[in-house]
Amino acid sequence: MFELLGIPPQALFGQLLLGLINGSFYALLSLGLAIIFGLLNIINFTHGAQYMMGAFVAWMLLNYVGIPYWGALFLVPVIVGVTGVVLERLLISRLYHLDHLYGLLLTFGLALIITGVFRNQYGISGLPYAIPGQLSGGQNLGFMFLPNYRGWVVVASLVVCLATWFVIEKTRLGAYLRAATENPTMVGAFGINVPRLITLTYGFGVGLAAFAGVLAAPIYSVNPNMGADVIIVVFAVVVIGGMGSILGSILTGFGLGLVEGLTRVFYPEGSAVVIFVIMAIVLLVKPAGLFGREA
Amino acid sequence: MRKTGFIVASLAGLLMAGTAFAQTAVKIGVLNDRSGIYADITGEGSAVAAQMAAEDFGTDKGITVEVVSADHQNKPDVGSNIARQWYDTEGVDVIADVPTSSVALAVNDITREKNKIFLNSGAATSDLTGSKCSPNTVHWTYDTWQLAHGTGGAMVAAGGKTWFFLTADYAFGHALERDTSAVVTAAGGEVIGSVKTPFPGTDFSSFLLQAQASGAQVIGLANAGGDTVNSMKQAAEFGITQAGQSIAGLLVFVNDIHALGLDVAQGLVLTETFYWDLNDKTREWSARFEEKTGKKPSMIQAGVYASVLHYLKAVEAVGSKDPEAVMAKMKEMPTDDPLFGQGVVRADGRKTHDAYLFRVKKPADSKGPWDLYETVATIPADKAFRPLADGGCPLVQ
Amino acid sequence: MATQTSSLDLSRSAGVEAPGMPALHMWIFAGLLLFGLVAPYILYPVFVMKVLCFALFACAFNLLLGFGGLLSFGHAAYFGSASYVSAHAAKVWGLTPELAILTGTLAAAGLGLAIGSLAIRRQGIYFAMVTLAFAQMVFFFSIQAPFTGGEDGIQSVPRGHLFGLISMAPDRNLYFFVLAVVFIGLLVIYRIIHSPFGQVLKGIRDNEPRMVSLGYRTRRYKLAVFVLSAALAGVAGATKAIVFQLASLTDVYWTMSGEVVLMTLLGGMGTVFGPILGAAVIVTMQNYLATFGDWVTIGQGIIFVVAVMLFREGIVGVLARIIRRPL
Repeated sequence: MFELLGIPPQALFGQLLLGLINGSFYALLSLGLAIIFGLLNIINFTHGAQYMMGAFVAWMLLNYVGIPYWGALFLVPVIVGVTGVVLERLLISRLYHLDHLYGLLLTFGLALIITGVFRNQYGISGLPYAIPGQLSGGQNLGFMFLPNYRGWVVVASLVVCLATWFVIEKTRLGAYLRAATENPTMVGAFGINVPRLITLTYGFGVGLAAFAGVLAAPIYSVNPNMGADVIIVVFAVVVIGGMGSILGSILTGFGLGLVEGLTRVFYPEGSAVVIFVIMAIVLLVKPAGLFGREA
Repeated sequence: MRKTGFIVASLAGLLMAGTAFAQTAVKIGVLNDRSGIYADITGEGSAVAAQMAAEDFGTDKGITVEVVSADHQNKPDVGSNIARQWYDTEGVDVIADVPTSSVALAVNDITREKNKIFLNSGAATSDLTGSKCSPNTVHWTYDTWQLAHGTGGAMVAAGGKTWFFLTADYAFGHALERDTSAVVTAAGGEVIGSVKTPFPGTDFSSFLLQAQASGAQVIGLANAGGDTVNSMKQAAEFGITQAGQSIAGLLVFVNDIHALGLDVAQGLVLTETFYWDLNDKTREWSARFEEKTGKKPSMIQAGVYASVLHYLKAVEAVGSKDPEAVMAKMKEMPTDDPLFGQGVVRADGRKTHDAYLFRVKKPADSKGPWDLYETVATIPADKAFRPLADGGCPLVQ
Repeated sequence: MATQTSSLDLSRSAGVEAPGMPALHMWIFAGLLLFGLVAPYILYPVFVMKVLCFALFACAFNLLLGFGGLLSFGHAAYFGSASYVSAHAAKVWGLTPELAILTGTLAAAGLGLAIGSLAIRRQGIYFAMVTLAFAQMVFFFSIQAPFTGGEDGIQSVPRGHLFGLISMAPDRNLYFFVLAVVFIGLLVIYRIIHSPFGQVLKGIRDNEPRMVSLGYRTRRYKLAVFVLSAALAGVAGATKAIVFQLASLTDVYWTMSGEVVLMTLLGGMGTVFGPILGAAVIVTMQNYLATFGDWVTIGQGIIFVVAVMLFREGIVGVLARIIRRPL
């Protein structure tokens, strides 16, 4: 059996697979950010808090209403998406005529409020959320033991990401959306209700974050700070990929998950910062990002 | 500062003030985490424990006790700010509890500077009675040396010869790994590897797989709080304990186990110095505590009760609250309370008592929501804590 | 998007002024100084020193945002790393407080140069995200590096003797030293804003392409103001470490970056005096609401939202509009 840099190839495959699982979360979250940014031109700082809300609402549905995981998977993105729609209508939409930085500041403030309220209500220790019965246990792949649930996370996020890509790039609705990104006035002149399109887009982006939150609930502890830590990494992912392309942000998300997975094997101490280091390198070499359009 | 609204000022006490019997008013500040990761094991429960100590001490001894409390948010700057203000402007005599080593070390300094008394129960660092020891500090409940030796030594004795550490990559994690490794090696075990995990972390699966691949008999978790919870949760997910490896938690509390559930935590081995179900006295006290708070006490909350009680006894014996005299009395007088039994406060400020090695029960063996542990071994007080000479405390030489 | 001019509501508040300091500003500075001299006798000195440090921090941040038009979401990195370095210098190397603060400041400036030269390659929102990401990197470094003491931070930093002579242990002695440091810092910022360099900055802020076409190398200006802002934030952080005798992770965490944005936004971006007021309000709020834990966070979030939705000019900006003078 040959070894690669002292690591048996089986172990390496295992680690790559785990990296892919983390990449699923990065991909889902950066996809949502990219879609929102495309149409609203704001960076949704609340995204991390909405991811956290996804996990919490799943927990509430289970504990207060008795709706299990599978129901939550569909209901939660809708519920959290609707809260996003409300926020957009009430607050965010009033800032479109201003510098985009105000959108960033507003959503940052909203993130503080949401996180604070959940922390006040549920504490910081985290709540338990069990893996659904159908997905407990795991497969012995020979080179590693893969919990079924982790496999499901990769599949589910791939399907959702690709479906989103398909809708945006290949359907009429997506065509409106892309057109509105380029020139909202023109699209409005064709009789399309652009403000509604914007609102729904925001709701959808938020729904993606909530979906990621539900996926995360059974494997990471459900706690109010889970979003704050991940959102900064996702920002770096977005800077690396550039937000110009949907497919680009999906690929960057999965790709960086893999890179992070490899770092955990070869230099575990550096795995928290590897994405930031890559970001620095990309900024030096290709400031617009790997898939960015803007010069 | 939030007042927990407790003043023991009985009529009898007031009347006595007029007689030859001097009336002493003591103000105790319970400074701990009321909103963060340690809120469950300290928090309001510790303030309640301090009040219970005042009640159980009795109102007829010429001492009135007022308990105030505040939240240090686990931040040393917030904690030292509150401690300064308490001592400078609010007339607080004693600060109790203070989990989170960084805050405890800061309060340790300030207490010494202002010449007051610090009854620590919540913090883990053994520096409080080692290189940073202070004549004004008593460290009551546990410390890192004791945890490392309890869990590390006992696991090796129970046959866990080979170890792999998951170490949180910061000073605390490194210290915990270093101390435990030393114990494991000294007891004839072997450390075959370790991995440093970024702190704070959410995904430990990759590191757990490395631990699994190492084939070590014991996976030591040299981390705390959310890191420990996440790594245990994911260890269960990857079927690590089922596959025959044991997991040793080096800093885990009863409330963590309660929150995780026995499904996830079963089989974990850990050390604590108090458990509500040890004997009749602990059961009786814990039942009273549960009535007031809805939860069983953690060892830290038990430590707050016992340390405040001992302090009040010393004040009574001295007849004043002069910090030097009271500290001398606390060290001279043996301790005796229903929770930790008999013990002593050593010259370096270390309180010693028995420690226990517990194993988390299987769900089938548990008879109630708080029936979590079975006792594996009892470590006698003289073995449980670091020998007086080894700490490097300047007060000892 | 790329060529869009910045439309932060700033142009009005800091217009062109006559050379020299206008009488109004002189009076305000004099009033602040007077208050500063009396304050330790009426208020808890340690608390006032905290306000002073944060006032300088917010003004340094405002130099970059209000006058350079660059929103950094990672200013805690400079504040915090300076506080670590100065704490280390005072404790381990035994430097006197003024030298320790200087060392911390230089470290912050160096870090600002490294991060700034990368960050200014992107604009607007991207700039904010890049600075945030780098600040997070500094945070991780601060946890892991041996000299920072991880979660414990660097504790019991000696206050030392000023110039090796005057003991800084009594709160009042230290207070007047801190007052002097902060006041000089504020005057330096004032001078930068009203120098020709400051005028060019405002030009870049309002319309970068125009300045480029006028022949200015805007990148150099942006980098210069970034480094200045980082260095002055460093002065604030280094001083805070000496005051509290402690450097901890709180100072490098992203919440600190958010707080300084809030102080500036609340007081008034692009005003001279706004950030001072903003810092005073926020620090007071934190101090007196500290026991309510999460409500501080929620309160800060609400202030953010209200400020962005209702008064983007900030308190001092509104005042300035009422009296029709730049403040």
